Amino acid sequence: MTPSRIWEWMSGPRGAIYFWIALGSGLGGVARLWCANMAPLVFGEAFPWGILLVNIAGSFVIGLFFALTGPEGRLQVSTTARQFVMTGLCGGYTTFSAFSLDTLHLMRDGRVLAAGANVVLSVALCIGAAWLGHAAASRLSRR
Amino acid sequence: MEGAVTVESYLWVMLGSALGGVGRYGCAVLAVRHLGESFPWGTLGVNILGSFVIGLADVAVASGGARYLLMAGLCGGYTTFSAFSLQTLNLLHEGHAARAAANVVASVAACLVSVWLGHLAGFALGRGWL
Repeated sequence: MTPSRIWEWMSGPRGAIYFWIALGSGLGGVARLWCANMAPLVFGEAFPWGILLVNIAGSFVIGLFFALTGPEGRLQVSTTARQFVMTGLCGGYTTFSAFSLDTLHLMRDGRVLAAGANVVLSVALCIGAAWLGHAAASRLSRR
Repeated sequence: MEGAVTVESYLWVMLGSALGGVGRYGCAVLAVRHLGESFPWGTLGVNILGSFVIGLADVAVASGGARYLLMAGLCGGYTTFSAFSLQTLNLLHEGHAARAAANVVASVAACLVSVWLGHLAGFALGRGWL
């Protein structure tokens, strides 16, 4: 690919989507780091509350935005805006790898119960949060 | 994650997370194209791979900046919990309860095994190898 072809791709619709996802994910990652650093100061270091809460909040927002901007939603936005918020912001803000690593660390420290709690709480509360966001948006859209 | 949190660490995470997010989207597009949309293979694959790398980096990468770039940045931005939640919910909404359950069990089990294998690979390379 020549530089002019690369520029052509980057300034086209597909390039724009990648740009907005990079921006959203970068900002989401920064917000995640801030929350993960604040959480131990508030809740202590015994349990990975930071990543758990980040994943719950991000799951709520993605459920809300998905339904709010869906075909029957009240808010109609472009595909790029949807990708920016859902794939970018929510995707970059939440993380599965830190959840896996935190759980592994709890198990290696012999804290099997805390590791199990992290798994069960993460799965249940995140799917619950996405459902809650989805339900809230559906209600908002019906009015 | 240990080490002082500086402006620099935020910049490393922003860069890593931006690249990770783009990688995640690219993988999701490829997964839909080659494996279809009946199961969220893209997110599952991305989360398994990212969990392996974070486990490896946790042991093998010593320097603070590189840890922020690779772990909270690249792996954090590459993997996602929100898409996992939403896709599981969508499978439930579409009446595919078995697929939703399979997604939960496979994600949790495979990612935990993967991060553990990453740790083992890290120990094989040597602590603080990078």
